[in-house]
Amino acid sequence: MDLGKDAQTMGYWLTEQEYRTLSYALERLIPADEQTPGAIQAGVADYVDMLLGAFCFDPPRIWAKGPTSGRYGGQPAFGEFHELSALDELAWRIRIEGSKGIPEREFNGAVTGLQESYRQGLAALGDDFCEIDAQAQDERLRAHPEFTALLYEHACEGMYGAPEYGGNKDLIGWRSIGFAGDVQPRGWSDNEVTSR
Amino acid sequence: MSVDAVVVGSGPAGSTVAEALTRAGWTVVIFEKGRNHLLDLSDPTKPARDFSNDEIKFLCRHFLGPDPIVEPRTFRSSPEDGERSHTGEVNSIPSTVGGGGTHADGKVPRLREEDFKLLSLYGPQRDASVADWPLAYEELEPFYTEAEMAIGVAGQAGANPFESFRSAPYPMPPGPPMFGATLSAKAAEALGYHPYPAPTAANSVPYGGRPACNNCGFCAFFGCPIHAKGDPVALLMAAMASGNAKLMPETFVSKILTNGRRATGVEFIGPDGTKRSMEARYVVLAAGAIETPRLLLLSGFDHPLIGRNLMVHFQTIVVGSFPMRLHSERGRAVTHVHDDHILMDRDSRAAAREAGLPWIRGGMVEHSGTSLPIAEAKTYPWGPDHKVQMRESPLRDHLWAFTMQGEDLAQPTNMVDLDPQVRDARGFPVARITYKPHAHEVVASCHHGPRLAEVLKLMGAHWTLVTTTPSCKGALGAGILSPIPQSRHVMGTVRMGENPSASVVDSFGRFHDMDNLVVADSSVFVTSAGYGPTLTLVALASRAAAGLR
Repeated sequence: MDLGKDAQTMGYWLTEQEYRTLSYALERLIPADEQTPGAIQAGVADYVDMLLGAFCFDPPRIWAKGPTSGRYGGQPAFGEFHELSALDELAWRIRIEGSKGIPEREFNGAVTGLQESYRQGLAALGDDFCEIDAQAQDERLRAHPEFTALLYEHACEGMYGAPEYGGNKDLIGWRSIGFAGDVQPRGWSDNEVTSR
Repeated sequence: MSVDAVVVGSGPAGSTVAEALTRAGWTVVIFEKGRNHLLDLSDPTKPARDFSNDEIKFLCRHFLGPDPIVEPRTFRSSPEDGERSHTGEVNSIPSTVGGGGTHADGKVPRLREEDFKLLSLYGPQRDASVADWPLAYEELEPFYTEAEMAIGVAGQAGANPFESFRSAPYPMPPGPPMFGATLSAKAAEALGYHPYPAPTAANSVPYGGRPACNNCGFCAFFGCPIHAKGDPVALLMAAMASGNAKLMPETFVSKILTNGRRATGVEFIGPDGTKRSMEARYVVLAAGAIETPRLLLLSGFDHPLIGRNLMVHFQTIVVGSFPMRLHSERGRAVTHVHDDHILMDRDSRAAAREAGLPWIRGGMVEHSGTSLPIAEAKTYPWGPDHKVQMRESPLRDHLWAFTMQGEDLAQPTNMVDLDPQVRDARGFPVARITYKPHAHEVVASCHHGPRLAEVLKLMGAHWTLVTTTPSCKGALGAGILSPIPQSRHVMGTVRMGENPSASVVDSFGRFHDMDNLVVADSSVFVTSAGYGPTLTLVALASRAAAGLR
């Protein structure tokens, strides 16, 4: 399978090799079928890469601004991100980078960050993950249930979350299930609420 | 610096007190440990532009707080679990300006007359501290009416045959019924139940300078981008507009200061991390039924009932999957409810007798669907079937559900205390929740759950499933959900009463032995009733404020 031009790493945090492995793994979790595209075409790996590399940006790409995305009127505000408070930054640095032995981050002991979980988890899937067949890929994923559970959580977020977070490219995730997404400021009419 | 009153917490309770006191000309400082995403503080009549229809931000990334990494809580079912069985997210009612009001979908029922006198009407239950409230419904009624006017409640008086006495109609008519609710209400009626439009603090018409709800569907768990939800926005805006209130977000109150006989102020840590203090004539606690007892314990208060009798609604969740698409992403999260399961009847008395209990009561039943695709996706397994499931959507677009907010009996062993080890990022011991349901709510759930499933079958469900949160042995669908209660309806940890040895505060929320220290939130609840606590805690906070003036 060719990753195609839509699936080149944006290079936020993952290496090329990690990005390829991640893309193929996500595609096994949410595969394309005859009717609708899967995780690769929806750019779900970019969602993960943007989360892992959130602090490469200022403000960090944690929370998209509001109140509207522009898809149903209003300003396209989701493209900008909220400033973090000192406490928010501490929480998200611990979550993403881990505590790294920094005393300020270890008030309840050491924490493994998402970056390390991904680096180790992707390495454990093997350098040859993209070359083996689908069945063998699924076996490797099942052999690492904890990492696969983390991947799947993010796969669902990247597939069906707002595209400003990197995934759901061209609204592929929402369109494939007939979901309208964020509808402010249009909302729904009373008739659309009550009628079949 | 000295002020008339400091209020700890900016949710529905704190906002109510702040509004009442500033209206009377008092100077009030409102402390809030979370951030302000609610009001544009340069013009408090306007929303901050931070809320949005964004499932990642609100449900996956803790935008409204508390973040379980920097502000964890711990949980255990009983001391037999050891010091704790879980650390992290436990009952995370938002920690943000507006508190629980920001994320609630605004269902604001009143309690009924009998809820205030369970002990005298029905009698005690073993191992539970069933008691009468130190006030009657009639004393609270004017404050309920005032609260409905202040936050703006849409509803239809008389539509619920079991409703308590009302001295005034709702200030607004109900909003549009959801398609699914029109079907479930019809089925419920056919089986003899009495569904009615849910009393909802979301504008159905422009009200209080705020617009009508435009049915965007991102309601429960989301802040409202247009301020159509009035609780507690309306009260907080009014307090700020008075010019007598100061809001201090990102400021953690770490200690209540006293001279032994009187509260003298609070010690707090601001966003820059420095510890300071503020003197006040009155200290009002409105941090919620978990953080309020935590602050009292951190401050060294030692009444043996502080933290005890924690109640959380025992939710029975009854889901069904239907042939038709129900588009629950359109409209308010819940437009219909019914009360029948709160009342005792022949069958429920028989079920109680069979279980060896004197009586059982269920709770208000909410008719609702589900609308969020990320949450749905995570419930299906990964692999080739994922996209098939998501397109067919048995657990979102084809799902309809009842949630019964089951009355939870107070038990002294269910409690909030300070975790002996786990700390928040500021270095303070976190709240530890020890909680296990009483047989009463489990038996009530087992009795009413299957009856609700019958309604969904009549509505046309292919299949139904009954489960509960918290999950526990003997409950329907045991093991599907966690033993940690998911309901954010927390109550009862600083209970009110007349007797100082059986209660911590009086019916105005004042400490029996320190009457300028007041608890204004749902910590004071004596029973949990089968109704969401918000309007009742707003009414009680309003009455508590009247007691100070």
